[in-house]
Amino acid sequence: MSPAIPTLGYTRSAIALHWLIAVLIFCAFPLGIYMADLPFSPGRLKLYSYHKWIGVTVFLLAIARLLWRLRHPAPPPAAGLPAWQHVASVATHHLLYVLILAVPLSGWLMSSAKGFQTVYFGILPLPDLLDKNKELGDLLLQVHQVLNFTLGALVITHLTAALKHHFIDRDEVLGRMIPFLDRKK
Amino acid sequence: MKKSATALALGALLLAPALAQVDAAKSSVVAVSKQMGVPVEGRFKRFSAQVSFDPARPAEGKASVEIDIASFDLGAEDFNRETVKPEWFNAAKFPKATFVTSAIKPAGPGKFEAAGKLTIKGLTRDIVAPVSFKTEAGQQVFEGMLPIKRLQFNIGEGEWKDTSTVADDVQIKFRLVTARK
Repeated sequence: MSPAIPTLGYTRSAIALHWLIAVLIFCAFPLGIYMADLPFSPGRLKLYSYHKWIGVTVFLLAIARLLWRLRHPAPPPAAGLPAWQHVASVATHHLLYVLILAVPLSGWLMSSAKGFQTVYFGILPLPDLLDKNKELGDLLLQVHQVLNFTLGALVITHLTAALKHHFIDRDEVLGRMIPFLDRKK
Repeated sequence: MKKSATALALGALLLAPALAQVDAAKSSVVAVSKQMGVPVEGRFKRFSAQVSFDPARPAEGKASVEIDIASFDLGAEDFNRETVKPEWFNAAKFPKATFVTSAIKPAGPGKFEAAGKLTIKGLTRDIVAPVSFKTEAGQQVFEGMLPIKRLQFNIGEGEWKDTSTVADDVQIKFRLVTARK
């Protein structure tokens, strides 16, 4: 069942996708919070578009990441990891996978419901999956916010755990995602 | 002399097709603009129009449309609060936009060209609107799409002059249906 040589690390593609998505989320998240309070201006309209384009990119990369993951399983947990931490880690990772799809999807649906189509890079119009509906648009805004703050909390958990592995457990977990930190090299 | 003039005027009045009001429920005037490549539709909810048109004698036809600028609805309150401001429509100073035909001529089967004066925000421009015409259940239906440049009417001043955010090209889609007599 398992491959003859156990997968100890992530593939380069998985690492690249991880960091690309991470950087984009670290741009889109604060941008989303900032732009919502701006007065009406061309700058605000531009930022909304940039935010949406980043979101679409995250969504596409997340699909690529999940497809890749199906063929290339994650490496096993660190040796001697307590069972509850393993369960927590698997749950966090799975939820993160769900959210990197659900967050942009909720934004896309919200845009449709609010009557502002998403046009990728101002060129490629994405289909509106919902008809214009004010109440639904307001509801989806809340959904988008709740999903984002959940994502934020999970990212903090994810980061804290990675740092704990590196600096407290002093194991190879962080090195699998940041190759130059790999303790085995 | 006076009598004959009155008779002439009366005669002209009888001969010319009467000015018809439009059926508000079936008519619409919509402006489609583009923001960052995203088409955004705004609807003028209140307008009135008088039309007098006989497809057999288009040259004698005429129409005038008067639009209540403050009724512009982009479907989002924050946008609607902006569009009435001086930078955009300045609805307080220029509450009405109007279109008055000066000449109507045929342009193919069921198609006409309505030349006239379009006034928005106090600025008048000569335009030619392509119009398709049909009759539905005794009501005359005029439809068309008129491309305009918003900056020709000073719509979007100051920082909004930048057309990389809101494009200069705006399409006015209209559908006027005359009221039953």
